[in-house]
Amino acid sequence: MIPAPFDYAAPSTVEEAVTVLADAGEDAKVLGGGQSLMPVLRMRLAAPTTVVDLGRIPELRGIREEADALVIGAMTTHDEVCRAESVRAHAALLAEATHTVADPQIRHRGTFGGSLAHADPAGDLLAPALALDASMTIAGPAGRRTVPAAEFFVDFFTTALAENEVLVEVRVPKHTGWQAHYEKFNRVAQAWSTVAVGAALRMEGGAIAEAKVGLTNMDTVPVRARTVEAALIGRPVTAEAIREAARDAAAGANPGTDANADAAYRTQLARVLTARAVTAAART
Amino acid sequence: MRITMTVDGTSYTDDVEPRTLLVQHLRENLGKVGTVIGCDTSNCGACTVHLNGRSVKSCSVLAVQADGAEITTIEGLERDGQPHPVQQAFHENHALQCGFCTPGMIMQSIDLLGDTPDPSEEQVREGLEGNLCRCTGYQNIVKAVRAAAGELGAKR
Ligand SMILES: Cc1cc2nc3c(=O)[nH]c(=O)nc-3n(C[C@H](O)[C@H](O)[C@H](O)COP(=O)(O)OP(=O)(O)OC[C@H]3O[C@@H](n4cnc5c(N)ncnc54)[C@H](O)[C@@H]3O)c2cc1C
Ligand code: FES
Ligand code: FES
Repeated sequence: MIPAPFDYAAPSTVEEAVTVLADAGEDAKVLGGGQSLMPVLRMRLAAPTTVVDLGRIPELRGIREEADALVIGAMTTHDEVCRAESVRAHAALLAEATHTVADPQIRHRGTFGGSLAHADPAGDLLAPALALDASMTIAGPAGRRTVPAAEFFVDFFTTALAENEVLVEVRVPKHTGWQAHYEKFNRVAQAWSTVAVGAALRMEGGAIAEAKVGLTNMDTVPVRARTVEAALIGRPVTAEAIREAARDAAAGANPGTDANADAAYRTQLARVLTARAVTAAART
Repeated sequence: MRITMTVDGTSYTDDVEPRTLLVQHLRENLGKVGTVIGCDTSNCGACTVHLNGRSVKSCSVLAVQADGAEITTIEGLERDGQPHPVQQAFHENHALQCGFCTPGMIMQSIDLLGDTPDPSEEQVREGLEGNLCRCTGYQNIVKAVRAAAGELGAKR
């Protein structure tokens, strides 16, 4: 099928995009990489009157390195994130997770900002953004504001972004030297996570000095496994210590039931995948 | 909207509706029917073409997004009447049955070999993750891509 008719705008600055969105009213839709939006338009699950394409705005593209953070433009593609030396060095968890997203063709078009704005609970980049304490810069009619990841993800497919706002960039604090792994459980024919766990560790003398752990698809929003993080600190990297710390991985989460897994199975997956993610991160 | 793009080495300027998919533009306006449509969900990869040198699913790109771009389709691979080494390898290794997935498989295989000139079986399977085949069971497709890698390597 093909999409219903719409007007198309391709602004060249963020400010222009915000003006176009304001003028177009409620039925306007932002187009990022299109890898979630295009199937939705083709199946006519949405029929916006205006599509505002962010693809011609240079400011939204690329990765900038600051003293204490990487700043990733919303329109930076998954492929660009995977290839960036700076992401591997300072936000290894994000690099690991991005490698698992979809397939090569979709990684060539789909964007970091689009994934976060889409906020599919099974999306693989939400939990890493949360675990690494990222913050989002949003532009709207009243100017720009910054929202921490913990407040950005509001609900199932819902973020702090208003209809007339644009996600501009994401600031990811540097986690230089941290070891990371993203452990994903999915059906072979579909890359979407049933459950996945991202772990980033700062190691000191063979023991875990600091830990950050994020869970994918264990709730309507990504979940930070604080209980696991606290239990890992100061622990040596033994199978038993890790298994014990991972026991309460799902504490505070409210996993759903769908065709892939029920809530009890997801809770068990969270435990098992947390232990695997931490073990693999400690060994990298 | 008026758009211009280079497809398989020829520049085309056309008026299109904004909702026109790139694959639809290629097939219906430019006659490039070698690129096919297999799904509505961006899953199958049958529509894969190269946009500015990288593989994309042309059903998931609007024609207006490709304004100013350079596109290569399965129809632009032949040189001096000779099939591309990946096309030849698919032929020789029986890497197709009905052939519907083949244009996308070949375009994605070429993208993969650009990044990974000598891929392992595992790397071929991962590289073709976004391309579905209902006929072959993939075995001979993997064989063909690895054979093509050898062929291309020998030419370098
Ligand atoms: C077959 C298939 C498999 C996939 N598998 C996975 C997977 O395993 N893991 C995974 O994480 N993802 C997966 N995806 C989704 C993919 O990662 C998309 O790239 C991503 O969800 C959306 O990014 P996009 O840039 O394409 O956004 P778009 O599709 O353009 O937009 C998605 C939504 O976000 C909004 N939006 C986009 N950019 C902005 C912005 N800058 N500001 C405000 N709003 C914005 C749009 O209005 C729209 O509502 C898959 C997709 C497909 C088709
Ligand atoms: S037609 Fe199936 S992915 Fe494009
Ligand atoms: S040969 Fe028939 S779908 Fe692949």
